[in-house]
Amino acid sequence: MMNYSAGPPDTPAVHAAGLTVIRGPRTVLRGLDFTVPRGQITGLLGPSGCGKSTLMRSIVGTQAKVTGTLDVLGRPAGHPTLRTRIGYVTQAPSVYDDLTVRQNLDYFAAILAPGHAASERRRSDVTRVIEDVDLTSHADSLAGNLSGGQRSRVSLAVALLGAPELLVLDEPTVGLDPVLRRDLWNLFHDIATRRGATLLISSHVMDEAERCHRLLLMREGEILADDTPDALRNRTGSETVEDAFLHLVDEAVAAGRKKETTR
Amino acid sequence: MSTTTTTPPIPAAPTSPLNASRTLATAARVLRQLRHDPRSIALMILVPCVMLFLLRYVFDGSPQTFDNIGASLLGIFPLITMFLVTSIATLRERTSGTLERLLAMPLGKGDLIAGYALAFGTLAIVQSTLATALALWGLGLDVTGSPWLLLLVALLDALLGTALGLFVSAFASSEFQAVQFMPAVIFPQILLCGLFTPRDNMHPVLEAISDVLPMSYAVDGMNEVLKHTDMTATFVRDALIVAGCALLVLGLGAATLRRRTQ
Repeated sequence: MMNYSAGPPDTPAVHAAGLTVIRGPRTVLRGLDFTVPRGQITGLLGPSGCGKSTLMRSIVGTQAKVTGTLDVLGRPAGHPTLRTRIGYVTQAPSVYDDLTVRQNLDYFAAILAPGHAASERRRSDVTRVIEDVDLTSHADSLAGNLSGGQRSRVSLAVALLGAPELLVLDEPTVGLDPVLRRDLWNLFHDIATRRGATLLISSHVMDEAERCHRLLLMREGEILADDTPDALRNRTGSETVEDAFLHLVDEAVAAGRKKETTR
Repeated sequence: MSTTTTTPPIPAAPTSPLNASRTLATAARVLRQLRHDPRSIALMILVPCVMLFLLRYVFDGSPQTFDNIGASLLGIFPLITMFLVTSIATLRERTSGTLERLLAMPLGKGDLIAGYALAFGTLAIVQSTLATALALWGLGLDVTGSPWLLLLVALLDALLGTALGLFVSAFASSEFQAVQFMPAVIFPQILLCGLFTPRDNMHPVLEAISDVLPMSYAVDGMNEVLKHTDMTATFVRDALIVAGCALLVLGLGAATLRRRTQ
């Protein structure tokens, strides 16, 4: 739909080959190969500490010591032109506690689209994203006085500013009540279908996996599976994605042991 | 909330090293943050005045001493205040994740640094104006030169404080550590800047060290205004050195802002 990409639109949103990240003495991501298609919601699932956040930081371009190929929207990750095309939400809400919700958004909007000429559009954009995350009644409250779930929604609202082609959301629904979680997932689907935006959403809650178009299952810096939820369940003969994940983990552990003994 | 209105997206502007609108937006944001914290503003502005007032009556019997120390302190206060405020503020920016977010956005590093310098510089103008006015007309500080020159040096000192604070915040991982940089970076300069004894009375080694510390020139500049009616060559040299140091440290501070981190 609204495609402002400089690269050809038929390139995938994210393409990785041999992606490796080293943090200190630890190899956090080990030679990952995967593709995230455009216009869909891809879930990034796995236990905490498996490298989800590092992978997301690599895609956004804030992670150091990344080797291998990592192309995002047709450009190498971290390319300056990508900074306006990607919306990123860190795991911990990153907003100014001593500003109100609206002041926070006003500032980040001014960074994305600076100048007096854009001020009218900035205002309507800010109002729109506050509505999107259901914080209209708290727009003039200090972010520091909000609850944890509300603050993470302010952080999410910042990422929705402008019209990012790719949204990278690190556990956006953690600590939210079921109603809000459902509403946010509806919003995510709305963004994907209406705007044709790509969403990469991490979670360690497996029931959210059912709401994604595609899944990347991660464990210990490796990708165990890259498929649709249905295909995963069918392949492993499981009832739920959670069972499928456990099945794949057991398989990987068994394969690892076999490798150890034959060595 | 699940209905996304289809407002046309704002065409985002690309990253540039320094963009006036982004710099101004950043400065306005920093000041807006401060406005929600009136106690900090009151402390920043009132404490130097109270200290000057105190000093005036500590040296009640020797107004000559008050003239010397008072003028030096007008240069030192803005440096200390801005150092503390900036180091804590930028440390917060680093630890809260907002710095990572901003650097993933099309914000130039220069925008961030210039924004901070502009915001705290504005505050420094208010602080220095009040302190200088109080010293000159309230406490009878006897200055031969123009009060505007005092204000100019005070401003340059504030800029230097902002630059130093920004720079050291990169080496602090908590607010505890950031505050400890105050005695580490500022106190030696206060001891060696010529406030307590003229620098040429010091041990030659210490005098040599004081020659390379920027605060020495800040205090020297203040004393030039104290003693001479005109802008002397020494004053110009002092002012340029302080300004040069501030710019150099701001540059170093910019180098500590990394878009990619571990």
